[in-house]
Amino acid sequence: MFVSRGALARGRPGSTSLLRSTGRGEVTEDPKESLEESEDELELELHSSNPFCSLFLFISASFMANTATRSFLQVAATEEATTPLRVVQIEGLVILKIIKHCKEFSPALVTGQLLGLDVGSVLEVTNCFPFPIREEDEEIEAEGANYQLEMMRCLREVNVDNNTVGWYQSTLFGSFQTVELIETFMNYQENIRRCVCIIYDPSRSNQGVLALKALKLSDSFMELYRSNNFTGEKLREKNLSWVDIFEEIPIKVSNSALVSAFMTELEAETPVTQCDFDRLQLSTSPFLERNVEFLIECMDDLSMEQQKFQFYYRNLSRQQAQQQAWLQKRRAENMARKNAGEEPLPEEDPSNPIFKPIPEPSRLDSFLITNQIANYCNQINGVAGQSFSRLYLMKALHEN
Amino acid sequence: MASSERTVLQLIPSAARVSARVHPLVIFNICDCYVRRPDQAERVIGTLLGSVLPDGTVDIRNCYAVPHNESLDQVALDIDYHHNMLSSHQKVNPKEAIVGWFSTGFEVTGSSALIHEFYSREASNPVHLTVDTGFKNWETTIKAFVAINLSLGDQQLAAQFQEVPLDLRMVEAEKVGFDVLRPTNVDKLPNDIEGMEASMGRLLALIDDVYKYVDDVVEDRVACDSKIGRFISDAIASLPKLSPHAFNKLVNDSLQDQLLLLYLSSITRTQLSVAEKLNTAAQIL
Repeated sequence: MFVSRGALARGRPGSTSLLRSTGRGEVTEDPKESLEESEDELELELHSSNPFCSLFLFISASFMANTATRSFLQVAATEEATTPLRVVQIEGLVILKIIKHCKEFSPALVTGQLLGLDVGSVLEVTNCFPFPIREEDEEIEAEGANYQLEMMRCLREVNVDNNTVGWYQSTLFGSFQTVELIETFMNYQENIRRCVCIIYDPSRSNQGVLALKALKLSDSFMELYRSNNFTGEKLREKNLSWVDIFEEIPIKVSNSALVSAFMTELEAETPVTQCDFDRLQLSTSPFLERNVEFLIECMDDLSMEQQKFQFYYRNLSRQQAQQQAWLQKRRAENMARKNAGEEPLPEEDPSNPIFKPIPEPSRLDSFLITNQIANYCNQINGVAGQSFSRLYLMKALHEN
Repeated sequence: MASSERTVLQLIPSAARVSARVHPLVIFNICDCYVRRPDQAERVIGTLLGSVLPDGTVDIRNCYAVPHNESLDQVALDIDYHHNMLSSHQKVNPKEAIVGWFSTGFEVTGSSALIHEFYSREASNPVHLTVDTGFKNWETTIKAFVAINLSLGDQQLAAQFQEVPLDLRMVEAEKVGFDVLRPTNVDKLPNDIEGMEASMGRLLALIDDVYKYVDDVVEDRVACDSKIGRFISDAIASLPKLSPHAFNKLVNDSLQDQLLLLYLSSITRTQLSVAEKLNTAAQIL
């Protein structure tokens, strides 16, 4: 672990700024305005690398010494309130980088790190860098951690926001809801207060839709996962169903003024862009076919999970019946003994195997599969809707 | 003897006509680096990564900024940083190699020659990209240069920066959509139907334009251009010739397929909710 200091310089030259919000909603001013006001900014960064998942630990505590409102000690004493995350604000640069990385390696699945700032209810993502494809070897883990350290250090030297806010990954036809995703989320959540995962689907983007999604695990699900208890009772208690696992957060895109000026000039003069060509493509059957294939596979998995539950319930009821029978026998015995004047035997016998509680199968897998199926269905709906429009358009054109 | 005393000013021309191709990510990155530059720096300098295509075109795909110090007479570049970033980038994408360097600013300056020399040691025939972030002529100026060495006999005199044609491939930016990349703030990403609507609107506008043009030509308002006429007739001829009956059957079949899929997905969703209810229902024994 090492501690380093540095001041982030961002934005207009000639001003130092620190964009970190603290305090119970007291930082209501726009962080960009506080450029001029804040004088004394420190940023402490603690780094430690977790060898198991090669993650970064960034705990940045920032203290804004704005003597007009409150004293230094007061600020240090107030706790950070967690305002709920409402919007993820991505820069155009990040989108282009993600697309480039995912497309280059498609169909292989790739991941990368997101960097940015956490401001109030908005999570700003201002830069990102890709991860190299990781081998399964254990010794490469250290290399991966080194790569991350190196990249973060280098990016900090050019004043890029050096703060991990999550990661991105590419997916194939939307089948990203796996246990690994949840585990990665839990790992990140331990270290960073607010993190988000951005999912990009390159195959769907070929249809002309920008398939970018920002996901977060819902808080209630995270608590449940920590206790690792997915029995039906617990879930009913918490009123948690499969829709509640992942929370999708709306994405906003922002661009700096310079980039905006460039794009305005460089915008293609043609009235129709590549995007339109993709959207107006008539053949969607390969995409739909694969979607339905995946859907069928998932249904098979789901039915297997269902069978597990059925099995469990059948065993449970059988065990209950056995218990009842045994209890009856015991009671009869006790009656006989009471009549004979002897001590009644206890009505329970923990050593008897029929009293052993059967573990309930975890519902986590079935929830994840259900999520995937729902996703496929949504995609099919979307593409079918587009196809309808196209077919009617074709019909109208032909008639003319 | 006379010939050995006469030294000739040699201008070594480039072997092939080099041209450069830039991806929009590079422009975005350069702008971002410029906005984040340290206070005392006037401009940003960095390395360009990419590959050289077999026909000689330099394909610039990625870039990163390199910290540097510049004063009136000297320039210092952080070489270690440059090498570190290069190795990091190559871990992800081993095919990307150094193809040149960029700087923001309008023209090539004296210190650029030194930096260019440094980069020519790293890569053969590096390309120098200037991105004018000051909008000097009220327009965007992105230029690419290659250096040609002027030598007098054995002595090297100067390097002449010759501009090469630059191709800005905005295809990827187009795919994302300029509506997302241009404004400084976009409230939400367009979903399927909205995008479809926009595309159809554009197609309709195009068809209207073509209509108007043909009308104008027929009524002699506009001089007719046979090339455009041929394009239009090609486009219309590319519509497949099917009898109305066959065409209707085709459209209806496709419609029915899509409806079937929609029905299937709705049933699946219903099944999911039922299964969910059953799974977490209280077991009454």
